[in-house]
Amino acid sequence: MARQFSVKRLPGFSTIAMICFIGLYMPIVTLVVYAFNAGTSIAVWEGFSLRWFYSAWNNTQVVDASIRSLQIAFCAAIVATVVATMAAIATTRTAQYRGLTFKYAFINLPLLVPEIVTAVALLIFFSQIKVYTGYSGLGYLIAAHAAFCIPFAYLPIRARLESMDLTLERAAADLYATPFQAFRYVTLPLLWPGILAGMILGFVISLDDVVITEFVKSGGQDTLPTYMLGQLRRVVTPEMNAISTVFLLLSFAIVTIFFFLSRNEKTS
Amino acid sequence: MQRKLGFAALALALLGSTAIAHAEGELNIYNWGNYTSPEMIKKFEDTFKVKVTVTDYDSNDTALAKIRQGGHGFDIVVPSASVMPIWISEGLLLESRPDQMENFKNVDPQWVDVPFDPGRHYSVPWQWGTTGVTVNKSAYAGDINTSAIFLDPPAELVGKVNVVPEMSDVMHMAVTYAGGEPCTGDKAILKKTRDILIAAKPKWASMAYGNVEQYIKNDLMAGVNWNGASFRARLGNKDVAYGYPKEGYPIWMDNASIVKDAKNVDNAKLFLNFIMDPENAGMISTFARYANGIKGSDAFMPADMKGAPEIDIPEELKAAGKFNLACAPEIQEIYTKIWTELQK
Amino acid sequence: MAISPAEASEIVRKKDIRSRWLLSAPALILIAVAGVGPLLIVVVYSFLAPGNYGDVKWEFSTEAWFNVLLSRDIFDDTVTLADAHLSIFLRSIQLAIVTTVLCVVFGFPTAYFIATRPIHTRQIWLFLITIPFWTNMLIRAFAIQEVIRNEGIVNSLLMGLGLIAAPIPMMFSDFAILVGMTYVFLPLMVLPLYASIDKLDFRLIEAAYDLYASRFNVLMRVIVPLVKPGLIAGSILVFIPALSSYVIPRVLGGGKNLMIGNLIELQFGQGRNWPLGASLSVTLVIIVLFAMLYYVRNASRSGGTHG
Repeated sequence: MARQFSVKRLPGFSTIAMICFIGLYMPIVTLVVYAFNAGTSIAVWEGFSLRWFYSAWNNTQVVDASIRSLQIAFCAAIVATVVATMAAIATTRTAQYRGLTFKYAFINLPLLVPEIVTAVALLIFFSQIKVYTGYSGLGYLIAAHAAFCIPFAYLPIRARLESMDLTLERAAADLYATPFQAFRYVTLPLLWPGILAGMILGFVISLDDVVITEFVKSGGQDTLPTYMLGQLRRVVTPEMNAISTVFLLLSFAIVTIFFFLSRNEKTS
Repeated sequence: MQRKLGFAALALALLGSTAIAHAEGELNIYNWGNYTSPEMIKKFEDTFKVKVTVTDYDSNDTALAKIRQGGHGFDIVVPSASVMPIWISEGLLLESRPDQMENFKNVDPQWVDVPFDPGRHYSVPWQWGTTGVTVNKSAYAGDINTSAIFLDPPAELVGKVNVVPEMSDVMHMAVTYAGGEPCTGDKAILKKTRDILIAAKPKWASMAYGNVEQYIKNDLMAGVNWNGASFRARLGNKDVAYGYPKEGYPIWMDNASIVKDAKNVDNAKLFLNFIMDPENAGMISTFARYANGIKGSDAFMPADMKGAPEIDIPEELKAAGKFNLACAPEIQEIYTKIWTELQK
Repeated sequence: MAISPAEASEIVRKKDIRSRWLLSAPALILIAVAGVGPLLIVVVYSFLAPGNYGDVKWEFSTEAWFNVLLSRDIFDDTVTLADAHLSIFLRSIQLAIVTTVLCVVFGFPTAYFIATRPIHTRQIWLFLITIPFWTNMLIRAFAIQEVIRNEGIVNSLLMGLGLIAAPIPMMFSDFAILVGMTYVFLPLMVLPLYASIDKLDFRLIEAAYDLYASRFNVLMRVIVPLVKPGLIAGSILVFIPALSSYVIPRVLGGGKNLMIGNLIELQFGQGRNWPLGASLSVTLVIIVLFAMLYYVRNASRSGGTHG
């Protein structure tokens, strides 16, 4: 009651948000704790040890798979975000035109088809290309991942665009900005939160994909999730927790760097 | 702008770096995940100066679908006994004649004339095991060598049973429990099987993989399980025991074979011969913790595996174990229907 | 770079539809290759006969479609409605709807909270939402198990506080599936919502308060309509993957009851009936497509006054 009245405050919202954050991090904390387990179990604590970090580091299959996962997710998220941004600009803030609804449904299609179906179909399709071209690099996986990341990037960007108003761009045009300048200096900065949200989603979705990767991958192209899937039927050791912990540290590092970069941009 | 160009360049570099050129002395192995001993691979690489790449799969069906489509680039694949006849009849495997290789003398005679590859013209035993029942003796002291443990659980175990969602194994056990042969087409038996399964399901806690932890922590007290998983659970909880259902239980065996369109056939043959050496076979078992089919390999395995009740089948229960083989398509369809109805 | 002057002027003038097609072409092509191609293959496969051991035989058959809705009893050959398939579909739809609602309930306040932080900390909060997702889905599912197990964190905490005497069994239930799916899909709701709320014009809200609107009225009558695009985007992103989710029901739900994703996987995998898997998939796509079109049309009709 003593708090100052703020138009932005809605009662209870901050509490729910805090519950969300705690809920999100509770399993993550247990995951990290067991990465330091001396025993072989992911649920029975037997003392502190770094053995699983050593074992993960020395397991070339795991290290390779981790790097490959990051490579694919990075490339796929970039590709998906760029094409999704273009598509979002093309499909918003316009009068209904022929094909608009079609485009909308079309872009969201990868979302509608169950993963296993896309996986089997892509296996059939890409195998033919592999046989004819002899190329069996990561391109197939990146293309497949980029395709299913598009809706995840497109929807937030489009949502952002729809809630943006056109006046600033019109003003820029009135001030003789070239259309490119208007896009670069007006639309893009305004759109940036949507693009960022879309790119993060795409990255995370790609990082997690298992079924499509399992079917599309060629020899020596295991990603972390497919490696993990292979363990599911046998036994899961804290080695996976150790790798996950390293990934978490990596993401924290990226966030920190990002934070300082964006602060410098503000001050300069 | 520059940053974006940088990204594009990086992306291109990544694409380029991963299109590995086919150098001489390579071997591409496609195997079950977490199943290939890295030490053994290292030894093979050092001995023959061959670069080995191991890629994982998670089910026989994925592996089959993938090899069937072509363009995969794999040399060695390790199908289970159940699907070996499909691989052979569809011409996906090379008749590499392991039976004429130098180290074939080490193969245990009981695994030579196997129904899925008589005389071993295509494949070499990798590892084998059984699907049976795991029971926590502190919860139930009765006979554990029976499928009744999960198909008609005693009161002590109700609600604490896990059944691994492996259709062919579970159906094999249920059909033999109902008095039939595996893959039977006898409608009366199948009907009985379905009724038994549906009546048993409410008494189960779950149908999930990855249950070693739960057995160790007494969250689960019984269930259908693989011998290796049960073995690991016992190492963490001495009350955990493994039973071989006397009504019938499936034996599985994974078999290293050469793919028909393999690019590195010579290296692949070297590899098949290599894993029939007792020391190397011992390394495989030490890593994945299942028995192999090579005589004399026990000498190279950890002490806790020797004489383990999960690995040595008691003499009187040996006859109840049968290879789990793929059923005819029309039988498979009925199995799937029962399985779907069970989980609706 | 990819934007030529002609295209950008179109953005400003909203006239040239052709350049709109050009602009969306890369996305459309990529999806055509890796999204629509598969769907066409699946439609074709649903009209073929199953191969003996997986794959298909190239002969026309409507058997698979017959089996989606109807079931010939394996023992007495009577034809009935395929209640196994129907109940699996219904159950999946119910769980997906509840998951979506839970994601809105938790995700909306969270997105609002983030969007109302000072500008330079917003991105930090945003990243905090996504950081847990840098870990693998399977290992995350196991970690959730650790939280809700009988001797897990929640139960130990409640028992330690003396709030409950015996652990509440949560594992292997629909509750566990809902917890898991809400956990996994929450960022898919929060991020689009954030992108929308971030653009919220708080002068409108101030105006509403000046007119003596209550907090609840401001939320429902002003904020929600304004952020509707984000709400729609988030709901789609959560609902559809939840409907065909596969790992979470297996690991947390105990897998005793199949969901659509598991059912389809069964046909392509152990069941070795690809045409049935294909026809079930097409059925799922049709259901989702109609639900989405209906939803989008209704939502844009009622909220079409802004923008």
